[in-house]
Amino acid sequence: MKTVLKVENLKVHFPIKAGGFLNSKIIPLRAVDGVSFEVGAGECLGVVGESGCGKSTLGRAVLQLIKPTDGKVLWLGENLCDLPREQMRQKRSNLQLVFQDPLSSLNPRLTVAEIIREPLYATDPTIGREDADQRIDEIMKAVGLLPEMRNRYPHEFSGGQCQRIAIARAMVLKPKLIICDEPVSSLDVSIQAQIINLLRRLQKEYGLSLIFISHDLSVVRHLCHRVMVLYLGRMMELADRDSLFAKPLHPYTQALISAVPIPDPAKERAKGTLILSGDLPSPLNPPSGCVFRTRCLKATPKCIKEVPTVEVLENGHQIACHHWLK
Amino acid sequence: MALFQAQSDAQLALMDAAARLQGRSLWQDALERFKSNKAAMGGVIVLCLIGFMSVVGPMMSPYRLEDLSWEAISIAPTMDNSHWLGTDDTGRDMWVLTWMGARVSLTIGIMTTIIALLIGVAYGATAGYVGGRTDNFMMRFVDVLYALPLLFFIIILVTVFGRNIYLVFVAIGCVEWLTMARIVRGQTLSIKRKEYIEAALASGVKTGTVIRRHVIPNVIGPVIVYVTLLVPTNILVESYLSFLGLGVQEPLTSWGVLISRGANSLETAPWLLIIPAICLAITMFCFNFIGDGLRDALDPKDR
Ligand code: SF4
Repeated sequence: MKTVLKVENLKVHFPIKAGGFLNSKIIPLRAVDGVSFEVGAGECLGVVGESGCGKSTLGRAVLQLIKPTDGKVLWLGENLCDLPREQMRQKRSNLQLVFQDPLSSLNPRLTVAEIIREPLYATDPTIGREDADQRIDEIMKAVGLLPEMRNRYPHEFSGGQCQRIAIARAMVLKPKLIICDEPVSSLDVSIQAQIINLLRRLQKEYGLSLIFISHDLSVVRHLCHRVMVLYLGRMMELADRDSLFAKPLHPYTQALISAVPIPDPAKERAKGTLILSGDLPSPLNPPSGCVFRTRCLKATPKCIKEVPTVEVLENGHQIACHHWLK
Repeated sequence: MALFQAQSDAQLALMDAAARLQGRSLWQDALERFKSNKAAMGGVIVLCLIGFMSVVGPMMSPYRLEDLSWEAISIAPTMDNSHWLGTDDTGRDMWVLTWMGARVSLTIGIMTTIIALLIGVAYGATAGYVGGRTDNFMMRFVDVLYALPLLFFIIILVTVFGRNIYLVFVAIGCVEWLTMARIVRGQTLSIKRKEYIEAALASGVKTGTVIRRHVIPNVIGPVIVYVTLLVPTNILVESYLSFLGLGVQEPLTSWGVLISRGANSLETAPWLLIIPAICLAITMFCFNFIGDGLRDALDPKDR
C-alpha cells in the first residue's frame, strides 16, 4: 500500500498563562506530544482515546489549521508544516475535514448548494456555474441527498442529513484524505450506522484515505483498518484492527476494550472489567515517565523514571510500554 | 451494504415529496415573524408617517419657518387662520416648527447612528477577528473612552469649535460607537469559534471571503437590533443637549429645542411643550417597538 500521509514526531504545545497576577509565567500545554504514524492510500486509520487526549488537536494540526510546534507532516513526501500560507491553501483540496456537530459546521445563512459550492470556487475561481452545479448534483447524490434540496437551508434538515451535507462539502473537491473528527458522536445510533456505512462506501468508491477520530471503540472497530490509541497527547499503541481488538498489549488499551459492553449478558458477566480509576491527569502537568502510570495496574518504579519508547513488533504492532510482555 | 441501500432509498423516497419546495432562509423566516408582530408593524407605519410629514408637513401650511407675526403671539391651536397647532411666543407657526423639528431630530438620530455604526462595526469586527493582544489593546482604549462623560466631551467640542449642527452629529456619533464596537466584537468572537469558519478555512477559502461570507452575515442580526434602539437614544441625547443650549441653533429647530422653549412657557402656553413632547414620545415608542420586534424576529433561540 502506498503511503500518502506520514506524520513524524508531531508536537502541538499551547502556551498557557499560569500563576497569579504578578508572578504569571507561560507554561506549555502539551496537547499532542511526539506522535508518529502513517496512512496508506485507501486506508482508514482510527484514532481513539478519552476526551481531552488531543485527538481533535492532532487532526487539526495535520491539516495545519493549528500550527504544529514541532515535527513533520509529510503529504506525498512534502512537508506541509514548511509551506507558506498561500501554498498550503492550494494544497487544501487534497485534505478535508468533517466535524462532530453537523449543524454548527454549516453556515445557517447559506443554502446547501452555496455551502457545497464554496470549496469549488475557493480552489478554482474560474469554474463555470454549470460545471459547479453539475458537480454539486453529483456529490449530493453520492452522499444520499436529493439534488432538488439544493436550495434549502441547513436548519431544515435533520442532524444526519446535515452530516451528509458536511460530507458532501468535504467530498466535492475529490480529496485524497478526509479527517473525520467524531463525525457520528452527536447523532442517534440508527443514524450513526447510516453515516458510517456512507463513509465506508465513499472510501471504497473513491479510494479515499480516512483518519477517523472517535472515542467509540465499536464504531472504530467497524470501520477502520488500523487503530491508534492516544493518551494525554501521546501514542500508546498502534496496530491492525484485528490484532488490537483480539489481543491488546498496552494496559490502557486493555482497559478501554474491556469497558466496551458485549451484547451477550453471559459473556458480559464473565468478562470482568478492568476499571480505569481516577481522572485523566492535566496535560499542563503530565506525570513523569510513562504518562499512564497514575492509572496503570502494572506500573512499577521504572515507569515513574523512564519514558517508554515505542517498540515495533514484527507484525507492525507498535507499543509504548515497559512491561507489555508481562 | 444492501441494508444501507434499501434504507437510504426509502429515505430518499420519503423526502421526495417535500424536497421540491424552495428552502426558506433565516432572513425570510425573520421577515415573516416581524410582519406578524403587530406592535412592530404599527411602529413602522407610524414612523413612516412621521418621516413623510417631516418632509411635506411644512409645505402644507401657508406659513414659513421664518415668518414672525406680531398679531399672532402664543395663540392656542385653532382651525382659524391656519395656525393648526397654534403659535409660539414669537408668533411662529407651531405646525411648521414641529415638522421642521422632526426633520432635524430624525436626521440627527439617523446620521449619528450611521457614524456610530461605521466606526463601531469596523472597530469591533477587527478587534474580535484578530483577537489576542490587538483585541486587548483596542478594547482597553474603548474602556478609557467609556469613562469620559458624554456631556463633558461635548462641552469641550462646542467651546473649541463653536456651535454647529455637524458638530452635534460628530460628537454624538463619536460617543455612541463604543457600545456598538463592544457588541460587534462579542458577536465576532463567538462566530469566529464556529466550526463553519474552520470548515471554510480548511477548504481553502481566503480570509477576506470568510469575513464577508461567514462572519458579517451572522454578526449583523444583533447589530440591526441595536441600531433601531440607538436612533431614539441619539434623538434623546440631542434633545437634552438642546435643552442645555448646546444643540442646534435658531432659527434651525429640533424637538429638543422646542421642548426646551416650551418648558419656559408651560403656564401660559402649554401646547408649546405638549405638542413636541408627544411627537418625541411617539417616535421613541415606534423605534422601541421596531427594535423589540426585530430582536424577537432575529433571535436564534426561537428557531
Ligand atoms: S510503562 Fe508502566 S505505567 Fe506505562 S503503561 Fe506500561 S506498565 Fe503501565
